[in-house]
Amino acid sequence: MNLREISGLIFIIGLGFLLGAVFKCLPYGEPITGVGQTITALAPIEVGTTNIVASVLLAYRGLDTLGELTVLFVAATAIGMVLGQRDPEISSQPEAGFILKTAANILFPFLIILGAYIILHGHLTPGGGFQGGAILAAAFFIPILATPASPFNHHISSLIEGFAGVAFIIIGLLALFGKGYFLAPLFGTGEVGHLFSAGSLPLLYLAVGLKVGAELAGLLARLQETEASD
Amino acid sequence: MLFWIALISVVVMLSAAFATLFIRNYLAAVAAISVVSLALSVLFVVLQAPDVALTEAAVGTGVTGVILALTLRRVGLWKIEKNQQKET
Repeated sequence: MNLREISGLIFIIGLGFLLGAVFKCLPYGEPITGVGQTITALAPIEVGTTNIVASVLLAYRGLDTLGELTVLFVAATAIGMVLGQRDPEISSQPEAGFILKTAANILFPFLIILGAYIILHGHLTPGGGFQGGAILAAAFFIPILATPASPFNHHISSLIEGFAGVAFIIIGLLALFGKGYFLAPLFGTGEVGHLFSAGSLPLLYLAVGLKVGAELAGLLARLQETEASD
Repeated sequence: MLFWIALISVVVMLSAAFATLFIRNYLAAVAAISVVSLALSVLFVVLQAPDVALTEAAVGTGVTGVILALTLRRVGLWKIEKNQQKET
């Protein structure tokens, strides 16, 4: 047995021990704390969302979402730094096949609509900024995949990303000065279940969606642009 | 009914995960990883977590697969054979 196999064996034994301890010590199927029940009961009244997950992500644990956005931003920045700029002397890649090119043309508007729907209805139905942002990024990346020669405007994507991040923090600061808590929901709850409800939560989700979409699209385009290092 | 859907998705996940380990072709292994995420998102729907299922389908299946495939090309493990033949 070499070192790699031994370390793998130790890892598996340790993981099994941890899982066994978790199953032995924690009651299965019973809630350990009452936080979940309290939030499920209070979220539609306090925050005004029908999607409880959105109320947890943006209202009760909004600071954690800001942390997630920061982690994503740092990761995208690091990738941009590692990959660097495109070498203009490298010849561009050949165009993709017929199926991908046709599908890219047809899919683009539908993916935009789907992503915008998932972001804007994040406080009503499952989904939200992160999922919708990933779909928006896919919508802008598929045309690049189909025709690699078409340029991706990194300035615009960076601008959108920066403004969305700043908007998220500004809404949080407005809540801090208006209500005394950072990222507290503003503007009241509205009528539960309507599109324009839940106060500032749709605005926050819009900021999250635009930021994630611009970031992921820029990251994918950067990966696509750089050639294989031989 | 739900039991069978869950069972099928678990079997698909496990077989795709083993396929990822044993397939020699790197690109096929990346596709198998995407299949794991796809079956996992079906399992999340069965477990009544549609939010997590959406995330898994968008990020796990889509973005991760694309990033892994592009990284394969970046490090030179996946080359487009047809064009090289054309050039030489």
